[in-house]
Amino acid sequence: MKIVVCIKQVPDTTNIKIDPETGTLKRESAGTVMNPFDMYAVEEGLRIKEKMGGTVTVITMGPAMAKEMLKSTIGMGVDEAVLLSDRLLAGSDTWATSYALAKACEKAGYDIILFGKQAVDGDTAQVGPSTAQYLNIPSLTWVKKVREISDRDITVERMMEDGVDVVKSSLPVALTVVKEINEPRLESLKGKMRAKKYDPPIWTLADINGDPNMVGVKNSPTRVAKSWNAVREAGKAEMIDGPDAAAKADVLFSRLKGLGIIK
Amino acid sequence: MADTLNKDEYRGIWVFAEQRRGQFHNVTFELLGKARELAEPLKCEVSAVLVGNGIEAKAPELIAAGADRVYVVDNPKLEHFNDELYANVVADLAKQFKPEIILAGATAVGRAFLPRVSIQVNAGLTADCTAFELDMEQRNLLQIRPAFGGSLMAKIMTPERRPQMSTVRYKVFKAIPADASRKGEIVKPSIKADCFNARSEFLEFIQEVEATINIAEADVIVSGGRGMGSGDNFKLISDLARAIGGAVGASRAAVDSGWIKYSHQVGQTGKTVSPKLYIACGISGAVQHLAGMQSSDTIVAINKDPEAPIFGVAKYGIVGDLFQIVPALTERIKKG
Ligand SMILES: Cc1cc2nc3c(=O)[nH]c(=O)nc-3n(C[C@H](O)[C@H](O)[C@H](O)COP(=O)(O)OP(=O)(O)OC[C@H]3O[C@@H](n4cnc5c(N)ncnc54)[C@H](O)[C@@H]3O)c2cc1C
Ligand SMILES: Nc1ncnc2c1ncn2[C@@H]1O[C@H](COP(=O)(O)O)[C@@H](O)[C@H]1O
Repeated sequence: MKIVVCIKQVPDTTNIKIDPETGTLKRESAGTVMNPFDMYAVEEGLRIKEKMGGTVTVITMGPAMAKEMLKSTIGMGVDEAVLLSDRLLAGSDTWATSYALAKACEKAGYDIILFGKQAVDGDTAQVGPSTAQYLNIPSLTWVKKVREISDRDITVERMMEDGVDVVKSSLPVALTVVKEINEPRLESLKGKMRAKKYDPPIWTLADINGDPNMVGVKNSPTRVAKSWNAVREAGKAEMIDGPDAAAKADVLFSRLKGLGIIK
Repeated sequence: MADTLNKDEYRGIWVFAEQRRGQFHNVTFELLGKARELAEPLKCEVSAVLVGNGIEAKAPELIAAGADRVYVVDNPKLEHFNDELYANVVADLAKQFKPEIILAGATAVGRAFLPRVSIQVNAGLTADCTAFELDMEQRNLLQIRPAFGGSLMAKIMTPERRPQMSTVRYKVFKAIPADASRKGEIVKPSIKADCFNARSEFLEFIQEVEATINIAEADVIVSGGRGMGSGDNFKLISDLARAIGGAVGASRAAVDSGWIKYSHQVGQTGKTVSPKLYIACGISGAVQHLAGMQSSDTIVAINKDPEAPIFGVAKYGIVGDLFQIVPALTERIKKG
């Protein structure tokens, strides 16, 4: 079984500090990490391989510095980790990114393609289903459990807002996974040794047979017209005080009642 | 790519009328309200797209909520949500009738199938929008959305392609009061037969076992964090939630400690909520938590640390021991 996992490098939000003056994020100090949801996708890929046999190929589209992240997935046990990198791809939106990833998946070959639920930088959750549409395969989002899998089909549980949808699909299929699905493994010692020597192959747009008119900032349907820091009005809370808990509760109660929030 | 597209062929605003088991998602009405507002300067019609099985009788509700027209696609195969079929049907309709804007809720359903539509119709899609503006000269919809867990706002447009598509966060826009006397037409368009071929099929639905209210839709949420100390102590939170008629939320620290299920997690890797009232108890207010709740109307923070960042987004703060404050508040509310 050919398993492909698409992962993205994102700024590390644990290192991001809030500027106390403006209440906004200090982005500069942040390093980069693998998108947290994608770790679960890699783990699920490895588990499917352990059950069904085959290979796991990780693909990331991004700049050369993503190589370190790719090596860490080798440490976890994936077979190949590819960097899709080309100046022509720069500035692609989800529509264009998905096209490029779809072409890369075609080159890699696939029965199952795994994605994280969403990338925490853009928070769009669009790349998984969009890639599936380009490949004309089904997509099942928000997967929290793979119930059954065979060479021909797969049954999964999807986390919807009101409960769980159980859905069966033929292969090939694309899944996007939520963090409930598994507990990602650490890099093994053996894996780390392989990772040390591993040099991720680099694929260009030409390597994946991609059309330059489908990618990059110029061909992306959406444009960012403007972006700004969301300034919060920090430190404006009315601090409620009183001699004891009951008194404080009483004041809060009357405030909330005054706003009509509680009756 | 598609640069010969004639934007003037595209007119009208569409709202995807999301329903599960015959029940409309509230966001449907909120979107119809917003669509009416946008339709005024654009001088265009608002249409709802209703997809399902045995669903036609629900169409008048959409007209009462602001639709001038409802496209109904009623088919046994559409009984349950199916990404492929819903995407195929909406894309086929969009190709036939050429709307200039398509809005759907940023729900588990909307976010799953609309990306597929955007590829089929060769147009862009903007996720999880929270505000809209119009550039009337170009008839461009300016789609405003938070990114990076709400710390960054972006204004996005789709200058050269049509339709302009967005998924929209719920509880941001207001529905207009339902008016049963509103007039509108119900249209049952024909859909290409091959749109109904899917390779995935729905097997069953499992209701969340807990009787708790879905936090994403609750008007009031009481959340507990690491300060709760244990799973048993979460009873204090559910008692307060019950007294006030709200749902129970949690920080990731509480979820990771195994005190409460992941479906209650609020934040960047949990749910995004914007209730009328959010009460954070024993939650420090890490950026990733704030990302999921800072757009709540009124935030109350209860924390023993006066320096906790959660106070920075709160309207009311109480510095103190939650084990005293929370039960006292519950008692006070019960007294009325
Ligand atoms: C990629 C990523 C994604 C994340 N996603 C999320 C997410 O979706 N949601 C989320 O919540 N977090 C998320 N986090 C984690 C986040 O960074 C914080 O670690 C987490 O929110 C902290 O939870 P907390 O506030 O409950 O715990 P703490 O930060 O430990 O705060 C506990 C608070 O309780 C107070 N307290 C303790 N005892 C009492 C008492 N008796 N009375 C009153 N107050 C008391 C303390 O003063 C303290 O402020 C994410 C992190 C990463 C790296
Ligand atoms: N540049 C990229 N390279 C590889 N995978 C990506 C890339 N961007 C997004 N993805 C995948 O798509 C998922 C959803 O991303 P997004 O649609 O950006 O929220 C991520 O969790 C990744 O699995």
